[in-house]
Amino acid sequence: MTAAALADAIRAGETSAVEVAQAHLDRIAEVDGAVHAFLHVSTDRALGAAAAVDAARAAGAAPSSPLAGVPLALKDIVVQRGVPTTAGSKILEGWLPPYDATVTSRLEAAGVVILGKTNLDEFAMGSSTENSAFGATRNPWDLDRIPGGSGGGSAAALAAFEAPLAIGTDTGGSIRQPAALTGTVGAKPTYGGVSRYGVIAMASSLDQVGPCARTVLDAALLHEVIAGHDPRDSTSIPQPAPRVVDAVRKGQATDLTGLRVGVVKQLRGAGYQPGVISSFDDAVAALTRLGAEVVEVDCPHFEYGLAAYYLIMPSEVSSNLARFDAMRYGLRVGDNGSASAEEVMMATRGAGFGAEVKRRIILGTYALSSGYYDAYYGSAQKVRTLIKQDFEKAYSVADVLVSPASPVTAFGVGEKVDDPMAMYLNDLATIPGSLAGIPALSVPSGLASDTGLPVGLQIMGPTLGEEAIYRVAATFEADYVSRFGRIVADQAPVLEGVK
Amino acid sequence: MTVTDEAGVLEGGASAHVQLTRDDVAHLAHLARLKLTDAEVATYVGQLSVVLDSVAAVSRVAAGDIEPTTHAVPLTNIYREDVIVPGLTQAEALDQAPAAEEGRFRVPQILGEEQ
Repeated sequence: MTAAALADAIRAGETSAVEVAQAHLDRIAEVDGAVHAFLHVSTDRALGAAAAVDAARAAGAAPSSPLAGVPLALKDIVVQRGVPTTAGSKILEGWLPPYDATVTSRLEAAGVVILGKTNLDEFAMGSSTENSAFGATRNPWDLDRIPGGSGGGSAAALAAFEAPLAIGTDTGGSIRQPAALTGTVGAKPTYGGVSRYGVIAMASSLDQVGPCARTVLDAALLHEVIAGHDPRDSTSIPQPAPRVVDAVRKGQATDLTGLRVGVVKQLRGAGYQPGVISSFDDAVAALTRLGAEVVEVDCPHFEYGLAAYYLIMPSEVSSNLARFDAMRYGLRVGDNGSASAEEVMMATRGAGFGAEVKRRIILGTYALSSGYYDAYYGSAQKVRTLIKQDFEKAYSVADVLVSPASPVTAFGVGEKVDDPMAMYLNDLATIPGSLAGIPALSVPSGLASDTGLPVGLQIMGPTLGEEAIYRVAATFEADYVSRFGRIVADQAPVLEGVK
Repeated sequence: MTVTDEAGVLEGGASAHVQLTRDDVAHLAHLARLKLTDAEVATYVGQLSVVLDSVAAVSRVAAGDIEPTTHAVPLTNIYREDVIVPGLTQAEALDQAPAAEEGRFRVPQILGEEQ
């Protein structure tokens, strides 16, 4: 069932929030041993939150939001007071946050039932969820494959029907790429559209929180709950949440006549799997059939996006992760009474951080070193300007841009762990949008002809253009359902009794 | 750092080919306060050289007169009323500390004998 349908059933008294929460907790107990989407399941807390929704309804109160009583999986990089939050790292194992993220408070105020915390690449650094210190998450479409990353836990929880909604974070593609690889929907809002307060920082100029779901409408409903200005995040845009639910309803009811769709020339071709390209071409044909005017747009600097990203992001990582110093919270190693604070700090960081985190910290330290700063970090920031200009030019001839969300479908567990550059290429299509801060989402475009695995269509909008991308995604999804009878997520293999 | 420039040093100073040494990686790790094993240093020497070779591409297009972008959305200073709002209590702030003593964080010695 969709989140929207569950909310309706709870509102109508056909079921209760407690029954819905218990059904999802049972599903987690049944399949999560094999999927490993969750790092922590908050059984009592979830049932308590659900009971509060039921009690409010029994007392005659209006629902606190259109999603009241619907369960959700929270990426374990968003803090929830008193609930273990690790960011997938040993350095935070056992840490209990003393406060709530703004996103967490908004979800709780909306009556959304938080089931638990989902697995991720350590500090959201990775594209496969294999960099988690607590073991990889498996893709419910094929348990020998990865679900993408860093938000592989949230995406896999949706694809395995362990939760109808999830929260992700996206720095270079960590919402969109896992959505593509699991046949689910994931949206990265405009930078500043959702508060980052209480979200453990990776690269602050790029990090953004967003909704994950199995349908476009569910993602939009969640988007409206979490978005909007927050004075506690100085980069938060001082505007109310975009009206994406209305945009979805409009998209479901109309075609795309009058809409200009730009196909980005640089986001296809070399490095893209044939089955991904053929699904993308089918998607573009569908958009054309639905009345859109499709044009090709040239964004010549996108080919430097990956390089710029792998300088800017590690530079910010090396600075942000300096806070894990073994003094005020988290792991402390080697404090034997004679070791100095510096020795303890070095030993703790050496033992507490995993290989990819260390790799990025060292890379960022190098890029920010005097003598190299201008050539690397300085040049990367200039490329960021060039990419923004490419987008601006493209949006002068197109209302939205499209590309594959990921160059490949889900790959095998262990296939790319020893080759960092091969892993980094997974974010080829999502990084330009991250650098420019524009909103973008991934909606399933079907199954790849070569692997039979899900492919995601990336739809990108101009700054604060959330309504346009949701509208197009909704029209596209409705057309897909009218042709194939059901959404992509409903075609996933049935996981029964796997342990 | 061994910087060879078979293809010539590119505009902005980044080289076409970067080869880090073990000493470079060990030095960078120390700057970042990361204790690495010898095996980790050896792995990173190769991997980071490959990554740096690849990212050096940015200097190919980054000419001097391009304005750098630090944030996707322009930032301005934000002011708020100077009013006191409740924060964490002392007990809450110390609750997750690796070690605490007499209402304070207990940390290893910061200054050596000779300092």
